[in-house]
Amino acid sequence: MISFTVNGKAVSVADPPSTPLLWVIRDSLKLTGTKYGCGMAQCGACTVHIDGEAVRSCVAPVSRAEGKKITTIEGISPDLTHPLQQAWIEIDVPQCGYCQSGQIMSAAVLLAENSSPTDTDIDEAMSGNICRCGTYPRIRQAIHRASEIKAQRGAK
Amino acid sequence: MSVPTKMERRDFLKTGAAISGGLLLNLYVPDWAPARAAQSTSQPVALNAFVHIGSDDLVTVISNHSEMGQGIYTSLPMLIAEELEADWSKIRVQPAPVAAVYNHTVYGMQMTGGSTTTSSEYDRFRKMGAMARVMLISAAAQSWGVEPQSCRAEKGFVVHAASGRRASFGSLADAASKVEPPKDVALKDPRDFTIIGKPLHRLDTPSKTNGTAQFGLDIYIPGMLTAVVARSPVFGGKVSSFIADKAKAVPGVVNVLEVPSGIAVIAKGFWPAKLGREKLEIVWDEGPGASISTVGMREQYAALSRTSGAVARKVGDPANALAGAAKTITAEYEVPYLSHSPMEPLNVVVDLHDDHCEIWTGTQFQTGDRAAAATVAGLKPEQVEIHTTLLGGGFGRRANPASDFVTEAVHVAKAAKVPVKVVWSREDDIRGGWYRPMWYDHFAAGLDASGNPVAWTHTIVGQSIFDGTMFAGFGIKNGVDAASVEGAADIIYSIPNIQVDLHSPKNEVPVQWWRSVGHSHTGFSVEAFLDEVAHAGGKDPYLLRRALLANQPRMLAVLDLAVEKAHWGGPLPPGHARGVATHFSFDSYVAQVAEVSVEKDGRVRVHRIVAAVDCGRTVNPDTVKAQLEGGIVFGLTAALKTEITLDKGRVQQRNFNDYPMVRMFESPKIEVYIVPSTEKPTGVGEPGVPPVAPAVANAIFAATGKRVRRLPIKPEDLRSV
Repeated sequence: MISFTVNGKAVSVADPPSTPLLWVIRDSLKLTGTKYGCGMAQCGACTVHIDGEAVRSCVAPVSRAEGKKITTIEGISPDLTHPLQQAWIEIDVPQCGYCQSGQIMSAAVLLAENSSPTDTDIDEAMSGNICRCGTYPRIRQAIHRASEIKAQRGAK
Repeated sequence: MSVPTKMERRDFLKTGAAISGGLLLNLYVPDWAPARAAQSTSQPVALNAFVHIGSDDLVTVISNHSEMGQGIYTSLPMLIAEELEADWSKIRVQPAPVAAVYNHTVYGMQMTGGSTTTSSEYDRFRKMGAMARVMLISAAAQSWGVEPQSCRAEKGFVVHAASGRRASFGSLADAASKVEPPKDVALKDPRDFTIIGKPLHRLDTPSKTNGTAQFGLDIYIPGMLTAVVARSPVFGGKVSSFIADKAKAVPGVVNVLEVPSGIAVIAKGFWPAKLGREKLEIVWDEGPGASISTVGMREQYAALSRTSGAVARKVGDPANALAGAAKTITAEYEVPYLSHSPMEPLNVVVDLHDDHCEIWTGTQFQTGDRAAAATVAGLKPEQVEIHTTLLGGGFGRRANPASDFVTEAVHVAKAAKVPVKVVWSREDDIRGGWYRPMWYDHFAAGLDASGNPVAWTHTIVGQSIFDGTMFAGFGIKNGVDAASVEGAADIIYSIPNIQVDLHSPKNEVPVQWWRSVGHSHTGFSVEAFLDEVAHAGGKDPYLLRRALLANQPRMLAVLDLAVEKAHWGGPLPPGHARGVATHFSFDSYVAQVAEVSVEKDGRVRVHRIVAAVDCGRTVNPDTVKAQLEGGIVFGLTAALKTEITLDKGRVQQRNFNDYPMVRMFESPKIEVYIVPSTEKPTGVGEPGVPPVAPAVANAIFAATGKRVRRLPIKPEDLRSV
């Protein structure tokens, strides 16, 4: 058994240790917000956090999660109040929406490490996430907006 | 559209009851999912097939069109809410089951495509909202003993001003459902619209930011196993023999079964299924497809393009006009096969029983898929139920004329005798065919002494999409597939002598509509060649277009707006240049101006795209902008990045490493301007795509003097060191 926490909840799974974390999260734990897009760390749809670091779960073996804190899109806020969620809703970023969990999880690490990212910072942090619908201009705008929301909250 | 008769109304109510009776897709949300505020707490009552209202005042709009990102789960409810006088905060949306009442008003079957959702439902959805309003008012008036004419609806209530009485829609829904539907209803004067034309927030956005939005891949039903299928590496190939022992030895693999499309590995989850598939030993009978190579096809197509084909359009005497022209130019253009590659790979859940079959999938093609599934299952179409999930992108791939992914999944379920989810890997998707056709175009133009084009001939070579499908009779006339020549045979420029003709060679590679279909290649070739004509005649590409569009006021306005906003002719940073293109498609007018620069190593940087669109009256202007933005990025990927090539019948690309998408760092600034219009709504999902590639190619010419005639644009062709 491999034990770790997902969104604050302790779990133990019996999947073979080499199974990609993505498929443990989806098929075993039934947390379906984390998406499969390519299976080779090309598209970022499967992005989750392992101890606060953005990881492509489609190529991370579940053994890597042992004893770690995993956060998925379902865990970033209980009530849509994360600044990125607020900004995404305000700007209506998603189209089909399939890649957006991964986009938000990548952006969350960017914002945690850099509370006011420049366009270049956004290019660097977000270029591992593909959006076939082409929402990039809105993602960029929403990350800037989330940065503002975060600053406003911090000032209160 | 006809207002329902009494007979039809019974059907409407039957459908309504079916929907309320426990078949809501959302009932299948896994129990871990956060509670949804949007869930109705009462059984909604059907006022018609599209409007259901619960005693909790929630209005559920039943959408017969699939949501694949285009925003119709918001814009269709807006049409109903406008006429219903609903409280927008009480609006919910649910996917429709498959039923004739939900057929497309033009195509006659339940499907989403052709950028037609808004245009085809603009009248019907408003009428459904208005009819429901009349029924609610009638129920209120009856209970109050007053004349209906003395009551009105506002924000989810029926109000009798004289007495100050108010009743919520929810409290009236049951009584209203028993009222005879009005024979006809008057619709609002657009000047009175309070919802249509407003940039309302999308209803589906919150669920797409917290992981609760449910796509087909997210469906899990009791007892379900996961299957992947090993398909022929060559199109049209068949299994000759196979050995499954090693695959069956993979822990988690439950079964290995032959189906018509290949060998299915059935397992307790995707990962063991994929590992099992890698261990299969299969001998394929590859068939004639094994000789296909795109290098060979290109030679064949090029030769064909220099001969006349089936005539799609002829105006004047182009041969004579060319012969008598002061100057003639010719050029050949080409574009590759392209994969749709929606971010959500194809997947289908099938629960097959002796007397019924339930299917969960993100499809654009419900009627066709249901009929095809029924045939495979040996059931009647009515015994097959399709639950349409959200689509993680479609771009045409999920409206397959052969229902390929649905029929295969039913075959797998039939063989496996358990509920299965068939999942395509990204490699399966990119190598799975149903591509945008490869095209080759030969042009000639004749110019008069003043540099004006007087003759234009265009020969197109490429596989027919409609050929062999149920739409062949509709799409192919006199040997001309309309989808092959759209955007070419119907060019709106005033040129006195025109001929457009077509060759439709056949091969084993399956082809399909891909966002903007034929326009995805004619937009490029026509607009880039017109740029060549402008330069050959010594004319500014914008001013030549203006002159040729003198009788096209809507396109002229769009072109002028894009050019003005892009500061055509204005100063630019060193090395930057602009290109312009227009394209009429899906009844909408679009112009785009691209600003690019080219690095010494040949890499193209697209800095800015300015787009203007006239798509008639807009229902949700923010959605229109989003669709244009998305279409531009989609078109840029085709212009700069992607091609599917074959050698010995095998697709040479496999995943996003060698079939790369435009990413954030390559995404330009995009500005979209909408020309206000009171004309009927037209398409927006696709018309943003065609003008991108030519605007970029024309800008590259302006920057470097190098003419791009082949997509994707390759740095090695533009290198200056």
